[in-house]
Amino acid sequence: MNRIISPKNSQKIMETIFWASGIFTVFLLILVIGYILVNGLPVINLNFIFGQPIDNGAAGGILPFIISTIYVTFVALVVATPLGVGGAVYLAEYAGENALVKAIRFGSEILASIPSIVFGLFGFAFFVVYLDFGFSVLSGGLTLALMAMPTILRTAEVAIESVPKSYSEGSMALGASKWQTISQVILPAAVPGIITGVILGMARAVEETAAILYTVGAAIQAPVSIFDPGQPLPLHLYTLATEGISMPFAYGTAAVLVILILVITIVTNTLVDRYTKKMMGR
Amino acid sequence: MTEKKEDKFVQWVLFATGISSILIIILIIAFIFREGLPAILQIGFFNFIFGMVWNPDNGIYGVFPMIVGTLLTTLIALLFAVPLSLCCSIFLAEIAPPNMRKILKPTIQGLAGIPSVVYGFFGLVIIVPFMRIHFGGSGFSVLSASLILTVMILPTIISISEDALRSVPYEYNEASLALGATQWQTIKNVIFPAALPGIITAIILGMGRAIGETMAVIMVAGNVVQIPGSIFEPVRTLTSNIALEMGYATGIHYNALFATGIVLLTVIIILLLIANYINYKKRVTIGGGYL
Amino acid sequence: MPYRLEVENLNVYFGESHILKDINININNNMVTSLIGPSGCGKSTFIRTLNRMNDTIPTFKKDGTVLLDGKDIYDPNVDVVDLRKKVGMVFQKPNPFPKSIFDNVAYGLGIHGVNDKDIISKKVEESLKAAALWDEVKDKLEMSAMGLSGGQQQRLCIARTIAVEPEVILMDEPCSALDPISTTKIEDLIHKLKNDYTIIIVTHNMQQATRVSKCTAFFLHGEIVESGLTDKLFMEPVDKRTEDYITGRFG
Repeated sequence: MNRIISPKNSQKIMETIFWASGIFTVFLLILVIGYILVNGLPVINLNFIFGQPIDNGAAGGILPFIISTIYVTFVALVVATPLGVGGAVYLAEYAGENALVKAIRFGSEILASIPSIVFGLFGFAFFVVYLDFGFSVLSGGLTLALMAMPTILRTAEVAIESVPKSYSEGSMALGASKWQTISQVILPAAVPGIITGVILGMARAVEETAAILYTVGAAIQAPVSIFDPGQPLPLHLYTLATEGISMPFAYGTAAVLVILILVITIVTNTLVDRYTKKMMGR
Repeated sequence: MTEKKEDKFVQWVLFATGISSILIIILIIAFIFREGLPAILQIGFFNFIFGMVWNPDNGIYGVFPMIVGTLLTTLIALLFAVPLSLCCSIFLAEIAPPNMRKILKPTIQGLAGIPSVVYGFFGLVIIVPFMRIHFGGSGFSVLSASLILTVMILPTIISISEDALRSVPYEYNEASLALGATQWQTIKNVIFPAALPGIITAIILGMGRAIGETMAVIMVAGNVVQIPGSIFEPVRTLTSNIALEMGYATGIHYNALFATGIVLLTVIIILLLIANYINYKKRVTIGGGYL
Repeated sequence: MPYRLEVENLNVYFGESHILKDINININNNMVTSLIGPSGCGKSTFIRTLNRMNDTIPTFKKDGTVLLDGKDIYDPNVDVVDLRKKVGMVFQKPNPFPKSIFDNVAYGLGIHGVNDKDIISKKVEESLKAAALWDEVKDKLEMSAMGLSGGQQQRLCIARTIAVEPEVILMDEPCSALDPISTTKIEDLIHKLKNDYTIIIVTHNMQQATRVSKCTAFFLHGEIVESGLTDKLFMEPVDKRTEDYITGRFG
């Protein structure tokens, strides 16, 4: 046995490396979030959140951008949720294992991995120009819907599939039709999982920038009609930072975005936690 | 409506939503090609892909420097991200005590959830100045982009690899330990090889994410169309090229940007096909036969 | 002749539950000892204590001593890895690695630092012969072990264990997942191996215990009710509970 390092020592060395990599990953998150919050939180106050922007956002507040974010996200979810959940029910309950199902799955996989700027290109060519929706909340929201849909579909499918088979058998044995069983037994049991999927899709819509760069416009005023242009927070942050309008406000906007995403993540985790506990019998 | 009819109707609606993802994909591909193909046909496939000059003012459209830029930033990001995320996923799946897992899991979710524009902003205010001070130049560089991409693809690679490691049956672990192997020998010789197809898939998907990232890269890469002489020089990626010029492009220039989209789309679909093939292969070999 | 294993006042806990209670037993050299008892009586936990496999369970606690060749295996100076090399284990469900047949047997040699290719091939052949598997697999050593039948997989796992030259082999219900023909093959193999190894086998098949072992211990609710020569334990049990169990009145 002429080894340079004994198995025992290599075990110790590797264990140290693994611990270090884990701790380093935590450090990375703290570094990014911490830096943004430390510099951004002092900027945030009621005026900043609820005020109107002055000089392209160099002063004043970011209310119109917050409203834009909520508006496009809402449009995206209204479109993506029925498509995603419906698709999930179809895949989980109606479709067998055939070529069509494989194609649907591969399609949703591609949708999930297409670069967001390509969605942006498509949104511009199709919604803005071809359907003539112009730069608007509608064009941006629909583009985001396409991105959020695969997330909702996949999460909802898992939720529906994890509903115990005995539930649907119990219902069918009582003479319920397939749709009655799905709508009254399976879907209610899967609701927490479906909500998780919708929230995850929401997170994707809230944080996205490239896809709305050339679909939603860049208005300073808050959109009223669905055909008005807007400027969601990520887009606003991009403009602030790259055009050198106001660094403190860029930090503030970044902090608002980070807090939004953190809140969404925490809400999802709590939901999932409560759901799993409930399924395990408290 | 009778129950039977209602069932049929519902099934039809669900079927329609089910195939919507296929229809959307087809629609996206069709539109990108519709707008992009004229450029490729007019410029010539070879001139477009391998052209070294991108100069819309003079009607010259070659994306080769952008292809190099995308590959370079992606590969360097993988160079950093793969070792770190594999160590981290092994840590999560095999070594970390429960309370450490409780910290790490949300951490990875957090890293995945941070908006790319925030990453870009962080790069702009931290990494770019750091590079400028320590390595000279403007600080907008291949390396700056790669470092930001590293952090962005960590969660993808970590979470998919962790799943792959966890799905290795516990029996293998026990069998190896019972033969007197150390935990590291067990991981290296049994668990890791068994999880390899999943880990490769994780890396491919991480690669896809790096190739497709736009906002973060645009904010730190410098966006100069050139084949960089070193990793400290600025570079432009395929995605940035689209995002930077869509705002004012008209005519053939507009089509050339969609053609850039065709290149991106093709690369991503090829990567996905490879990932699917590896998973398929794995299912076949597990059943028996020769390894 | 000194005992190979001596267990004194062993108590094992998983968190709050008291799994093994005051276990005292001595295991003879080069002999087969059976552990019998109903499911959940602690016999599997007991043999997993002998190669410290329970260490992988976070809530595991124990007191009492386990001596291997007179030395406490739970002594802080004892290296678990060395211990498991000396005390091999065959599991209930055959668990070959998803590697070739050859690599499965060679695995233990590699991790213990044997690099010489000739030595490894020789050792693989010896071990497969000792496990009565050689004739069936000698022409397909490069084939995935996952392609073997359940019985062949289990013999491969025994070959893999033998290859690292343990002193003691623990077998945790090695036949419970196998068909009768494979079971017979494994039992024949155990007969052959007992000349060179100390074997402890957990089984809930009483006929198997009488067929393969010289000594038997009867476990119930985490205690050893009775132990001794297999023939005596089955023919003239001392304890009423043993008699009830072997005559099939419970369990």
